Amino acid sequence: MNTKRPKHLALHQIKLPLPGIVSILHRFSGALLFLCLPLLLWMLQASLRSVLTYAQLLEILQNPFSKLVLLGLFWAFLHHLCAGIRYLLIDLRYFSTLAGARLTSKWVLFVSLGLTMVMGLKLW
Amino acid sequence: MVDRIVTGAHYGLRDWLAQRLTAVLMVIYTLFIAGYVLLHPDMGYDRWTGLFSNQVMRSFTLLFLLALYYHAWIGVRDIVMDYIKPAGIRLAIYVLVILALLLYTIWSVQILWGM
Repeated sequence: MNTKRPKHLALHQIKLPLPGIVSILHRFSGALLFLCLPLLLWMLQASLRSVLTYAQLLEILQNPFSKLVLLGLFWAFLHHLCAGIRYLLIDLRYFSTLAGARLTSKWVLFVSLGLTMVMGLKLW
Repeated sequence: MVDRIVTGAHYGLRDWLAQRLTAVLMVIYTLFIAGYVLLHPDMGYDRWTGLFSNQVMRSFTLLFLLALYYHAWIGVRDIVMDYIKPAGIRLAIYVLVILALLLYTIWSVQILWGM
């Protein structure tokens, strides 16, 4: 085997295709949601425990930084949800062509970012 | 027929299927909660806790959370398998993740039945 074969690693020319971007974001958003589980459970607890903790939680969520964190988590959830549904459909043998894979990747990004924007508008 | 020598722990298919079944369950729960919130624009403490005072809803929520923890375990395990190679560190992370998920399970019961 010729060990000195040429390599094409022109980083300005090769790029991750759209389904690849959706895939790595699926992994990233999943990891993020896992790491934020204590925060999410704490919010659920505060919202249910008493009127006082409920009001305190709403007050904390008025803070612009909290809103940003919440929006980030909302995006992670929406992306993970949409990309996950896409994978379930692919398992059922839908969209198995290259064109289908690209089109559904666009839809995942469009729907998750769109709903995140709606949520952002509601928060601010 | 070819005699195949199968090695490994054989949990691949089970976990693959579990990842998808838990995902479907979580989608159903998500749609339910989203629908409930959208149909009640006057959402406040009373309506929110009213929903969770129902025993069926508490059980459904616990089922959702258990599905979430199982789903998270498989996902995190796959990520660790891909990026963490030294066996000692990998094992330590596995133990920490499992302990965390078990604690979240206890906490979930406390949240839902201790409110």
